[in-house]
Amino acid sequence: MSLKPSVNSKDHVQGNANADLVIVEYGDYQCPYCGAAYPVLKALMKEFGSQVKFVFRNFPLSEMHEYARIAAIAAEAANLQGKFWEMYDAIYENQSYLDEDFLLELAEKLDLNISQFKNDLEKTELADKVDADFESGILSGVNGTPSFFVNDKKFDGSAMDLLELIRANAS
Amino acid sequence: MLQKNTIAPDFTLYATPDQKIKLSEFKGKNVILAFYPADWSPVCSDQMALYNETLKFFHKYDAEIFGISVDSKWCHLAFSESRNLHFPLLADFEPKGDVANKYGVYDEEEGECKRALFVINKDGIIEWSYLSPTAINPGADGILEALENLNTK
Repeated sequence: MSLKPSVNSKDHVQGNANADLVIVEYGDYQCPYCGAAYPVLKALMKEFGSQVKFVFRNFPLSEMHEYARIAAIAAEAANLQGKFWEMYDAIYENQSYLDEDFLLELAEKLDLNISQFKNDLEKTELADKVDADFESGILSGVNGTPSFFVNDKKFDGSAMDLLELIRANAS
Repeated sequence: MLQKNTIAPDFTLYATPDQKIKLSEFKGKNVILAFYPADWSPVCSDQMALYNETLKFFHKYDAEIFGISVDSKWCHLAFSESRNLHFPLLADFEPKGDVANKYGVYDEEEGECKRALFVINKDGIIEWSYLSPTAINPGADGILEALENLNTK
């Protein structure tokens, strides 16, 4: 199964934007398995950030996780103020506290313009972006969260498997 | 396992403790049958939970989805409530695995349904079928592609 569409200008990117190794995560901010993958991905980017282009796409399982969708929209709203990854980190680092009020607290901690942030949460464009990510995941064969793609191909393994694979290839 | 262009065998199974669903009553709609081994597999990568999130994509193609396993109607009820599912889970419970057998997707050894997908068209003909390795949630992309192919015919 391959990634549809490929990584493009609408995606959130960290690491080396020109790297040959492109990792895409489809994640849900409330999913405990994504929470468990988070520190592993952090370690991966710390070790190999100069060689990896890392992309995050939203895949909120809204029926299972009450706050997954609003969290995804909140990160997109932070993105409008240039702080996508800061919000992504803040949510995963405090996953157990996640709810609507806590997202506002995080926005304050990140020094976002709160009235703009609140306005942006209501924007249909942001909801559409989250939905478009979700749909791309479905069409790409995402079957749960987190799901990873390595250079556009579905990687059937965990974040730890991914890190071990990269370590093995690097040594 | 039944293949494309086969008439989908009709069945009547419990969908809730007091309601049965008969496949042939859904003629005029596309139907997705998702046979799966058991309720209560680990969360977040659960196949039924995933389909619960993709219902609106299925409905776009005028398709209804039914999950089918050998779990009882009461087990399905508890599972369905715990995952907030918005589509029926059918109990292939008595005689056990009878429907899965008719579709050629019963695992005699485990006494469970295999993980298998069928897309049935509005005339009750199987248009697509797929057998997934039991441990792997096949996702929804194959189903959507099959529905897309129906539409372009």
